[in-house]
Amino acid sequence: MSFITDRKRVDGLGAAHNGVGHWMSQRLTSIALIPLSLMFLFPFMRSLGADHAAMLQTYAHPYHALVAVMFFIVVCKHLQQGLQVVIEDYVHGQRTLLASLILNKLIWGGVAVTAIFAIAKIAFSA
Amino acid sequence: MAIENQGAGSNQGNRPLSPHLQIYRPQITSVLSILNRITGIGMLLATVLIAWWFLAAATGVGYYELVDGFLTSWFGLLILVGSLWAFWFHFFSGLRHLRWDAVKGMGMKSVRRSGWITLILSVLATVLCIVWVM
Repeated sequence: MSFITDRKRVDGLGAAHNGVGHWMSQRLTSIALIPLSLMFLFPFMRSLGADHAAMLQTYAHPYHALVAVMFFIVVCKHLQQGLQVVIEDYVHGQRTLLASLILNKLIWGGVAVTAIFAIAKIAFSA
Repeated sequence: MAIENQGAGSNQGNRPLSPHLQIYRPQITSVLSILNRITGIGMLLATVLIAWWFLAAATGVGYYELVDGFLTSWFGLLILVGSLWAFWFHFFSGLRHLRWDAVKGMGMKSVRRSGWITLILSVLATVLCIVWVM
């Protein structure tokens, strides 16, 4: 005999165990990306194809370095969130699903850390 | 009886299935919904490539020139220009979704109109970017 209510017992025990938090967080990253993606995109398009010295000069500047770092943090989170929804839709079987979701987080964490390290090295060594 | 926690599809039995995608005539609403997901997934590659470009630049001149050369080759540019359109589509489509989240523009007429605007703006912005960078 338990004293917890029925409501409390089923709380968080739906098929996905959660949802609102993920939804809210996805809106948050998408709103953050409205300015961030544009602030990153235009200098990047200008720098692509530039020689090495010019590229380093651009991203050694604190503004461009910070924008690029913030962009990669938020975009990798947003990609992970978007891919998670796709995985939840199309990957079946509890083990495969869980493994895919964990792998998804590790990969985008890895991409973000790689990019941040590279940008920091450029910014600090110039 | 022990009920194992199996994936979807294992307990389908003889339940009727709802009609799937290929049954329906493509509409601006459904096509754009699918495109929003496809463009999002499509940009995974470009994001990794750009991170690689930064890593190469941080490593040295030789490696940078290799990666930058690949990204500005016809094959690299094919991926990047495709991703540029994917970006603008996903950008405007995202704004459209955020507007819906605020419960605005949800009538059928408005939904169709914002759909066409999204599509047109994505192509226009892509072309403008290419002209600007050249």
